[in-house]
Amino acid sequence: MISDVAQYLVTSLSLGGLYALMALGLIIVYGILKLINFAYGELVMVAGYGLLIFGRSPWPWIIVAILSVICAVIAALLMERIAFRPVRHASPTTMLITSFAVSALLQNLALLTISPRPQVPRLPSIFIRNLTFRGIRIDVLDLSGLIVSILALIALTVFLRRTVIGLSLRAAADDFTMTRLMGVRANMVIAAAFAISGFMAGIVALFWIGNARSTTPTIGLEPVLIAFIASVVGGMSSLKGAVVGGYVLGFLTIGLQTWLPQEVNAYRNAVLFGIVIVVLLLRPDGIIRPAYSREAR
Amino acid sequence: MSLLEVADLHVRYGAIVAVRGVSLRVEEGEAVGLIGVNGAGKSTTMSAIMGVVKPERGSVVFAGESLVGVPPEAVIRKGLAPVMEGRRIFPTLTVEENLKIGAATVKDKEQIAADIEKWSTFFPVLKERLGKPAGTLSGGQQQMLAVARAMMSRPTMVLMDEPSLGLSPKLVGEIFDLIRQLRELGMSILLVEQNVRMTLDVVDRVYLLSTGKVDFEGTPAELRARGDVERAYLHGTSSATKPAVQ
Repeated sequence: MISDVAQYLVTSLSLGGLYALMALGLIIVYGILKLINFAYGELVMVAGYGLLIFGRSPWPWIIVAILSVICAVIAALLMERIAFRPVRHASPTTMLITSFAVSALLQNLALLTISPRPQVPRLPSIFIRNLTFRGIRIDVLDLSGLIVSILALIALTVFLRRTVIGLSLRAAADDFTMTRLMGVRANMVIAAAFAISGFMAGIVALFWIGNARSTTPTIGLEPVLIAFIASVVGGMSSLKGAVVGGYVLGFLTIGLQTWLPQEVNAYRNAVLFGIVIVVLLLRPDGIIRPAYSREAR
Repeated sequence: MSLLEVADLHVRYGAIVAVRGVSLRVEEGEAVGLIGVNGAGKSTTMSAIMGVVKPERGSVVFAGESLVGVPPEAVIRKGLAPVMEGRRIFPTLTVEENLKIGAATVKDKEQIAADIEKWSTFFPVLKERLGKPAGTLSGGQQQMLAVARAMMSRPTMVLMDEPSLGLSPKLVGEIFDLIRQLRELGMSILLVEQNVRMTLDVVDRVYLLSTGKVDFEGTPAELRARGDVERAYLHGTSSATKPAVQ
């Protein structure tokens, strides 16, 4: 019984942590540009193919992983520079459509140049092992996901609190025009937001693909959807909301998986989204509400 | 040459022409008021100076350099700091962080620390609340923060857009006292206001805007001497801004 609870906690914290990172990557850009970047999932895909391609080298896996995360960051920066900067002053709808276009383009690029079929990248053998500690069995993949996601959250918090760029990002999420009037360069802030977005997608990819054990051109679909739902549930007005939403969704998913009777388990996503709808009916702004109502304009 | 010189400024929002040929100047160390009713084009003029909206026509020259086409983030680097309408402080940032971001153009860390100390001493209410989120401040305190934040870039001139808007009469008095103090520090000021009576007490010269054009230009005394303006803006209702001048 205790081992069940412990296992549930570790798995939920691991999945929730990854969901939180996914949501953060989406919301850090949304907070500033008011753009839901639906091409965000393709950053996960880019990191996935990074694992595949660099994995063919003789380098240790950790180097392969770092290079893959860097690929996702570079892809995010290129995405901003090439696709979103030219339409920055257009309507939010234009930017949204642009994100769909970028998403489709990248997916098809992978389809053509790599393969439509699932590819199996090199993954560390430790990912399929598990540890037994006083009768509690814990998967290494879950435990490392838990630890890495918490480390990434701490790193982001420190970055946002302690650095000048972090301060500018937070100010820009409050009031972008005013931040520019303070002399903060718009291009720098937006590029920083996209870089963080790519970093989060890269970290998520390591564990997402570690779990799926293969990568496909459409591997990013589910992460971007989860990120979107998690941030809506948590509250889109703050990064805190993204984190809370991620963990709530993680705990719910694992909880339903564990405790739902066998015969309805196939419908657990229906139950999950049913709960999401109820949450939104009760709190339309999400769990974390905007801290301060903004003045007009 | 004047510090700020705006000539024949035209701004339109789509089909609506908000500013049609405004010319004004601010000399070094001078406080100039820009008054007029709602929709006269005061805030638009200010936004055009700061690079937030692009003028259709006309020139804006500050310290000998044209500001037309200069992005908002570059204007402050030239020594022109804004106190925008509605205060526009960063509510989720602490008071101290608001001041820090005001010094985004300053590289010298010691200067930033010294200026935070200086302006939080100037406004003791801010000093007590340095670590608090700025959104928890009252309207008057937020206005002080907006002014202090603008000062952090060590500007030669501040543009203030309706600093008294939405404040209690007592706080309005305090804000105008503050403007007086800034003048004594040698700051050049362009003050956009609806509170004409108070504005006339603190400025050297005043421009009256009406439907996007300069309707009157002169000293406060000259404005007071003009009967029609006197009647429209200073008499009658306690709210000095209601009647429109055609």
